[in-house]
Amino acid sequence: MRPLRGAPLLTLLVLLGPVTAGLVGTLAPALGVFPALGGRALSLAPMAALAAWPGLPGAVMLSVGVGLAATVVSLAIVVLFVAGWQGTRAMAGLEQALAPLLSVPHAAAAFGLAFLIAPSGWIARALSPWATGWERPPDLLIVQDPLGLAMVAGLVVKEVPFLLLMTLAALPQVRPAQRMGVARALGYGPVTGWLKAVFPCVYAQIRLPVYAVLAYSMSVVDVAIILGPGTPPPLSVQVVRWMADPDLTLRFQAAAGAVLQLALVIGALGLWRLGEVVLGRLGRVWAEAGARRQGDGVLRLAGLGLAMLATGAVIAGLAGLGLWSVAGLWPFPEAWPETVSARSWLRHGPGLLAPGLETLWIAGAATALALALVLACLEAEHRFGLVPGARSLWLLYLPLLVPQVAFLPGLQGFALMLGVDMGRGAVILGHLVFVLPYVFLSLAAPWRAWDMRYASVAAALGAGRGRVFRQVRLPMLLAPVLTAAAVGFAVSVGQYLPTLLIGGGRVQTLTTEAVALAAGGDRRAIAVTALAQTLVGMAGFALALAAPRILWANRRGLRAG
Amino acid sequence: MAGLRLEGLRITRAGVPLVALEAEIAPGEVLSVMGPSGSGKSTLLSAIMGTLAPSFAMTGLVWLDGCEITRQPPEARRVGILYQEELLFPHLSVGGNLAFGLPRAVRGRAARAARVAAALAEVGLAGFADRDPATLSGGQKARVALMRMLLAEPLALLLDEPFSRLDAGLRAQVREMVFARARARGLPVLLVTHDAADAAAAGGCVVELG
Repeated sequence: MRPLRGAPLLTLLVLLGPVTAGLVGTLAPALGVFPALGGRALSLAPMAALAAWPGLPGAVMLSVGVGLAATVVSLAIVVLFVAGWQGTRAMAGLEQALAPLLSVPHAAAAFGLAFLIAPSGWIARALSPWATGWERPPDLLIVQDPLGLAMVAGLVVKEVPFLLLMTLAALPQVRPAQRMGVARALGYGPVTGWLKAVFPCVYAQIRLPVYAVLAYSMSVVDVAIILGPGTPPPLSVQVVRWMADPDLTLRFQAAAGAVLQLALVIGALGLWRLGEVVLGRLGRVWAEAGARRQGDGVLRLAGLGLAMLATGAVIAGLAGLGLWSVAGLWPFPEAWPETVSARSWLRHGPGLLAPGLETLWIAGAATALALALVLACLEAEHRFGLVPGARSLWLLYLPLLVPQVAFLPGLQGFALMLGVDMGRGAVILGHLVFVLPYVFLSLAAPWRAWDMRYASVAAALGAGRGRVFRQVRLPMLLAPVLTAAAVGFAVSVGQYLPTLLIGGGRVQTLTTEAVALAAGGDRRAIAVTALAQTLVGMAGFALALAAPRILWANRRGLRAG
Repeated sequence: MAGLRLEGLRITRAGVPLVALEAEIAPGEVLSVMGPSGSGKSTLLSAIMGTLAPSFAMTGLVWLDGCEITRQPPEARRVGILYQEELLFPHLSVGGNLAFGLPRAVRGRAARAARVAAALAEVGLAGFADRDPATLSGGQKARVALMRMLLAEPLALLLDEPFSRLDAGLRAQVREMVFARARARGLPVLLVTHDAADAAAAGGCVVELG
């Protein structure tokens, strides 16, 4: 099977080709080179124009501040929770909620949170007027606050489930039960012991996901549009604004901003790495100092409380969206709408059919392509005895580390230069860049853990490699394959910037529709659209969970794993 | 020249010698290879099957019924194997597992089903074709695994400690069944085990590894 041999290379090309081309296509106009718009010579004018923008210091501070804060807080919550509750029923409960939580698109979670914490949101309504005395929504800037705190919160509620999943996946390899047994026997409290004996090895495994969270939080656009401040906005949002400006000369400035965004992310990652080294040293000193219990009880409760708060916020936010989508008259400060009706769904629903179908098309195609490539890679790895090294993991993470806003404008620039019409096909390939790593990461471990002796038995029974793959390995691993597909599908459904920039504004998905509604403030339209987006993402997970149960209803050996 | 012959078989990993074996097993005979875990017993079987991991290197030749099969892909060698676990495919029914092993040459749905039913009846499992393998007892699984392998009409049988997980009573029974079926079909059998009782029951030559 010659073509299979080329699968890893093709995958790498699909993954890194757009990133590299996009970066080149961004860097050139940032240095003044963009022949289609008359830029033919190297010049520092775009950089100068960027530097002259009065909002720049604020935008840079927001980007860096929000990114670092969201990452530190998310990681801290996950670490405290896992430290205090590893192997307990609370942990098992949250694990159950992880898959649906992960499938909630960032935009929908951000809208849900906004509906909770806004001055006229559910929390204020629940406390008014009896506790607050408010008869009308207070004039407070909670959502889109200038410090970006709401945006940090919106990122944290989505990154906590992600980092938790990554931590839980890494945990078994460091054999936490044995380590904790030793630590507890030496008199260490559960949290102190975990932090000293387990965390350093777990962190080494989740380092790349943490970097991805940092890069993402610094450069995210949809969450920033919904929850972040507007004047100035975080740098990435301003870049997108310039990109969308009818004045095409602003593209130079946008490219300069995108390059700065990339530099900021690289700088922040460097800073983070430095922090790792320093904290690692201090941690070693702390571990060797021998303190057995340091606020274990309090930390344990804080871990549980914060984890519950983060997950609860997403769930309550979705509930709030649900209520708004069916709310008739709902004056402040009532906690519940006075009337309930399907009017909003009837009014906005039909208009969502076309973007809904587009979403399904794009997500379905991107997921199918990703799955085919990942399966081909894993099968090639198996057949040719390829041993993927640490470097291949870095390459897989690269599209998640390079800010979207740093390379997507470049791709758009190439299209403009070549006069190519970037339609749905290009958007699908753009989504593939982000879908593929997630599909690979979620399928690789169960695929590699499969007992290879099944293949030996099948071969001894006369089955060739193709038949072993199709009739033995794939059916046995149906559940993880479908789960990986559902993850990829949800990732695609949630994509905002690739759809917007590669589609040139002409490809409309539920996500671009929902984010476009953010400025308008029509809560019912937002609720209907964001819920539709969430439902599409969750439907994939529902199918992935249901299909193996139905197909293998009569096969007990496949239901345990 | 019938039987299984290993001619100057040497397996190394990163240049370090692991196993070296010269052997000839006549049809219906059993060669027991004994050795502690880590002595390369399973690696030896992989080499004969053609599923040796790329980190190993092998020299020497494997002959089966006068044909040199060293370079053939595993599925073309007609070398059967039974592992410690039964490794019944969990997504197929008991009958489906047996049909998986049945050669394509047996044509027609009815003919294939009849062969499967006959194989099940031969080991006292008549009527089990539609069962989920996960619902079988240990002894039943062992019998299904054996018949699945025999239906594929192998020319030799490798046994990778296939009895070590069974409890004492069942163990003797399954062991007797496997050796009897192999003898009846005139298969050369290579048994690797760390249990002297298995080797004694096999009744053939014994080679010590490691």
